[in-house]
Amino acid sequence: MTRFLSSEFFYHYRRNLPAIFGSALLLCFTLMAIFGPLLVAQDPYDVTQLELMDSFKPPVWLEGGDPRYLLGTDGQGRDVLASIVYGARISAFIGLAAMLCSCLIGTTLGLVAGYYGGLADSVIMRIADIQLSFPSMLIALFLMSAFGTGIDMVLIALTAVGWVVYARTVRGSTLGEIQKEYIQAARVAGLGNVAIIRKHVLPNVLTPLIVVSTIQVGTFILIEASLSFLGVGVPITQPSLGLLVKEGFDVLFSGIWWTSAFPGLFIMFLVFGINLFGDFLRDELNPRLR
Amino acid sequence: MADPLLEVRDLRTYFHTFGGVVKAVDGVSFDVRQGEVVGLVGESGGGKSVVGFSILGLIDPPGRIEAGEILFAGENLAAKSEEEMRSVRGGEIAMVFQDPMTSLNPVYTVGHQMDEMLRLHTDLDRKARRARCVEMLEQVGISEAESRLDAYPHQFSGGMRQRVVIAIALLAGSRLIIADEPTTALDVTVQAQILKLMRRQIVERGAAMIMVTHDLAVISEMADRVVVLYCGKVVERGRTAEIINAPSHPYTRGLLDSIPRIAERRDRLDQIPGTVPDIRTLGKGCSFRDRCFRAQPVCAEKTPVLSPVRGSLDAACHFPLEETAP
Repeated sequence: MTRFLSSEFFYHYRRNLPAIFGSALLLCFTLMAIFGPLLVAQDPYDVTQLELMDSFKPPVWLEGGDPRYLLGTDGQGRDVLASIVYGARISAFIGLAAMLCSCLIGTTLGLVAGYYGGLADSVIMRIADIQLSFPSMLIALFLMSAFGTGIDMVLIALTAVGWVVYARTVRGSTLGEIQKEYIQAARVAGLGNVAIIRKHVLPNVLTPLIVVSTIQVGTFILIEASLSFLGVGVPITQPSLGLLVKEGFDVLFSGIWWTSAFPGLFIMFLVFGINLFGDFLRDELNPRLR
Repeated sequence: MADPLLEVRDLRTYFHTFGGVVKAVDGVSFDVRQGEVVGLVGESGGGKSVVGFSILGLIDPPGRIEAGEILFAGENLAAKSEEEMRSVRGGEIAMVFQDPMTSLNPVYTVGHQMDEMLRLHTDLDRKARRARCVEMLEQVGISEAESRLDAYPHQFSGGMRQRVVIAIALLAGSRLIIADEPTTALDVTVQAQILKLMRRQIVERGAAMIMVTHDLAVISEMADRVVVLYCGKVVERGRTAEIINAPSHPYTRGLLDSIPRIAERRDRLDQIPGTVPDIRTLGKGCSFRDRCFRAQPVCAEKTPVLSPVRGSLDAACHFPLEETAP
């Protein structure tokens, strides 16, 4: 720990206000996603706990606000804050899981393309190029409408959209690494291709991978929110932040703004925090930008 | 004389590119005996490194070994499968690379990388492997070897790293070490140390070494015998002292004349006129003829074959230089 505190990484971190702010935001959200359900009184998806009498209560600081519902309630008397806390867990889960899935697939394909080159490289990278020529939203929308909705489907769609970024990043770094003599040296030492990729190439392309992964979590959360907002994302029984915005959107023009505005703001700060921290990592871990 | 450890016979390694077939190694023959250092010399693009990689079976497409035998301790390496070659690499034959800055993996400690070699090629247990690594580092002149094992490559200087690379190459008890320009990336002051170290380790172990370099100064210090390559062909070979003192091929003469000498004050260094011809468009005749000061019409007609000239010298030249030639 003391070694970390005196490291160059931490030194730069301490002097980077946006990074501190971003990671503080992330820490808050993480704690909230983990412990939130213990802090809010209501389980918004347990119908027995809902009071229809309390529907559409404004936030506590407005006239008619109820101290039990800090950020107000929706049409079924659901506490908006409680919905956000539960929704954030789903959003965060989807973001992280999609990141892991696409990282796994994209990295593998990128390593294969970069290391072996030739036909494998051409096929993988052309698929990636074709995919990049479509907006990722469009691809996700298409997949979701073709194969149905649900958290698993969202994950599949996000992975299908996200692997490209990893594959391209990893392939690029791999091409740079295999030029170096230590790869040649590993071959001369008698190591097989798979062992060389796993032991020698992979650890050397991890740095850009970490950076991309951080930023991708934010991107995935946004895409998922958009999908859910468009009604092809998660099911109503497992509402993510995006779905909350959509739900509130229906009554937005009746002056009931809080049901969609607060989840929306929450998404914004969450992604903002991720991106601030991701940018810091990018600057810090990329030797070319220093 | 003992049987040679390595015998390369009429090796041909061609690269099939879109611009034509590049005959990077075109009928090269030489042998290496135990306890001996053989220098492979030539200009860049002369096919020196390709010979080394051919021996190890590490020629990637579009390159291919077209013909020839690589007899190592009586076995033909050129006929072995990739699987069989894998145990030869690092085990029987090891390699030292040119650039110690990139030939060690930056993310692993030196000890880890040395250990990997032993894990692959010996059955020693962890403790024995570590002891062997320490011993080897000490032998290549790294002090406090025990603690240096846990250091990362970037914590070593260039010369120290090359010592580590040499230690790794020697680790598995290889009988043949191929060194591809092992000192070109190093300071001149460090070069001599490293060369001396390599030479001593080879002789002490009764191993053999192929030294690939363009640096005749290195060769004259290190090698017992020299093979001079030009455009993928052997143009001259023989004992180092004889070649350095009185080369018989005009190309070797040219190489020697382009080395600066402190004793003679000259404003300009002699250089070989012209450049290496495009290896894809070589026809019949001597490929050095356009740059040769002794070229005659016959040089464009007949490709000279390697034949004995005098003493230990063989040269591929129609008009080999006399011993007293200027």
